[in-house]
Amino acid sequence: MFIALGLTCAALIPPGGWAQQRFITVASTTSTEQSGLFKHILPMFQKKTGIEVRVVALGTGQALDMGRRGDADVVFVHDQAAEEKFVADGHGVKRLPVMYNDFVLIGPRNDPAKVKDGRDITGAFRKIRTAQAPFVSRSDKSGTHAAELRLWRLAGTDMPASKGPWYRETGSGMGPALNTASSLNAYILADRGTWLSFKNRGELAILVEGDNRLFNQYGVILVNPAKHKHVKKDSGQSFIDWIVSPEGQNAIAGYRINNERLFFPNAGRRSG
Amino acid sequence: MLPLELRDLCFAINGNTIIDRISVQIEDGPRTIILGPNGAGKSVLMRLCHGLLKPTSGTVAWTGRRPNRRSGGQAMVFQRPVMLRRSALRNVMYGLKLAGVSRTECELRAHDVLDAVGLSHVAHHPARVLSGGEQQRLALARAWALGPEVLFLDEPTANLDPGAAREIESIIGAIHASGAKIIMTTHNLGQARRLGDEILFINQGRLTERSSADRFFREPASAEATAFLRGELP
Amino acid sequence: MEELRQACLQALALIGRLDSQLFEIVVLSLQVSLTAVTVAAVIGLPIGAALAVECFRGRQAVIVLFNALMGLPPVVVGLLVYLLLSRAGPLGPLGILFTPTAMIIAQAILIIPIIGALSRQTMEDAWREYEEQLRSLGAKRLTAASTLLWDTRFSLVTVVLAGFGRAVAEVGAVIIVGGNIDGVTRVMTTAIALETSKGDLPLALGLGIILVSLVIALNAAASLIREAALRRYG
Repeated sequence: MFIALGLTCAALIPPGGWAQQRFITVASTTSTEQSGLFKHILPMFQKKTGIEVRVVALGTGQALDMGRRGDADVVFVHDQAAEEKFVADGHGVKRLPVMYNDFVLIGPRNDPAKVKDGRDITGAFRKIRTAQAPFVSRSDKSGTHAAELRLWRLAGTDMPASKGPWYRETGSGMGPALNTASSLNAYILADRGTWLSFKNRGELAILVEGDNRLFNQYGVILVNPAKHKHVKKDSGQSFIDWIVSPEGQNAIAGYRINNERLFFPNAGRRSG
Repeated sequence: MLPLELRDLCFAINGNTIIDRISVQIEDGPRTIILGPNGAGKSVLMRLCHGLLKPTSGTVAWTGRRPNRRSGGQAMVFQRPVMLRRSALRNVMYGLKLAGVSRTECELRAHDVLDAVGLSHVAHHPARVLSGGEQQRLALARAWALGPEVLFLDEPTANLDPGAAREIESIIGAIHASGAKIIMTTHNLGQARRLGDEILFINQGRLTERSSADRFFREPASAEATAFLRGELP
Repeated sequence: MEELRQACLQALALIGRLDSQLFEIVVLSLQVSLTAVTVAAVIGLPIGAALAVECFRGRQAVIVLFNALMGLPPVVVGLLVYLLLSRAGPLGPLGILFTPTAMIIAQAILIIPIIGALSRQTMEDAWREYEEQLRSLGAKRLTAASTLLWDTRFSLVTVVLAGFGRAVAEVGAVIIVGGNIDGVTRVMTTAIALETSKGDLPLALGLGIILVSLVIALNAAASLIREAALRRYG
């Protein structure tokens, strides 16, 4: 019975999946996928070009690694230093800025470390450390993790070398880390997009935002076809061309949750 | 293939001797009953003869002409019949197929033999839902279908009620009448009297006595056999 | 408790409005896991049968290995398959990473040990009952193995279901090799993981309730068939 059932199922799956039409694989970050941005903009691209975009959402570190192994055609991430190294090492063709949003410091409403009402993110980090208030770190080599470590350095602390028991390294994506912070009533650095679409907030709220150092730039890179012959150069390039075009940029600008914009297009306006 | 010649046959397991230097020649013809108290080693002796167990020392040899595949050879019926999870007919055909009989002949022979043991009416019933007596008759049919020159039977009626046991006995008689040599173990004296032509009396792994059934029951030669017949051994 | 109530409502709402996306995810889950369990059964059951009847050096070691592999962490299998199928890996040219095929491979690897080890146990128990009879009928190892596979078929359904349960419920391996791509490789478990990370716990739990209900329904159906078959065939 099972064998018959299984064979029927196998027959229904064409080799390589449902690859009816052209598709590209984009390695991107959990923040873009989970914020719902892709669901909003990709159908527009597919309608125009007929190219299906398959998004594998990982941390920036893993996403770049996927590109390095040749498992993606395009990477779409947010860690400028790592992206530039990726291109310099010959794994990617060229890095183009696409859009930005910002990081926000999330924490419990009762704010035990008294960081609220400031714009100064490094000052807030110092207060958290002094108060030894619980802080959740992604610790997954994602773009957000890289940004968080950079901010700790700016605040004069070398993380994770000088961490204490209050500093919880979860090694998980933005959503799971927010879930952890929510149940621990801990502080956490998050990207605004994921925060806005996150539902299990509990007692958490945005405490610090608007500092220039919380700027979060996204870039897009075509994986180097010279290194990986199977990379779908043309389809991948059309995606990149589209997303930095006025049409793609408008699509990004048009994505809102509760009338709040999540990402701000800035292709061609800013170098990094 | 008969006669069957056992020479200094020994079998031990974990240092316990079960069969102890048995030498005997079993000829074609009479129904041979291996008789003895519980734990005497009857079943082990039968498995050694049938080839299911390897002797620790000594030999089991069939000294007659080699049997051909289509008929002849040996078969065995166990105390607990092992019924395969399929119909009665398919159980019989299973053995025939393994013996290399063609499919059409398999089916013909299987029907014939089921008829002979009185199971035609349940030929297409699943074997495992038959009664104990029917299952044992089916086991006999499966063995008989092979047309064995020698049929070993290990306590074939031990788990059956007297009525079912009688039916089995009459089938054994029919199988013998059809030309098969019967070698059977039992600890049931009545059955040994009814079915036996000659008796091999085994006690504690040794062959203590061999004689015709008449003589064995009239005047046993050994003290152990005398005690056994009086019901003093288990 | 409030969350659990919410989850139940979510699950009912999803089913109620015949959500087409949900339907797609459920169908893909079933396709992937049923195919994986078929592949695993075709490979695992013969291995189990062979281990049940064969005597060879190192058999015990192989059995221990299979039993241990039942606890194989899905993430490890996922990574292994990922590295094999990655463009930079040995099977990279096939280009099947992030496809349902890759997920089938990962799940099959994960459950072959389960099906192999559990079916070995089932058939070894049956072999204890069958061995003498089958050897007496002259069955070679290969025949014996296939006879056991057929005769224990009703118990093996349970074994295969155990494999299916593990396959359909696992997330660690398929999320790595499938990538949880919307509309391509998103199955029940990866969808649940995604909704959990988005903090939508009621929706995640609602999907979980649907998954569990499906598995229960499938098991109930198989169990009914098994009961009926056992009553029929004994």
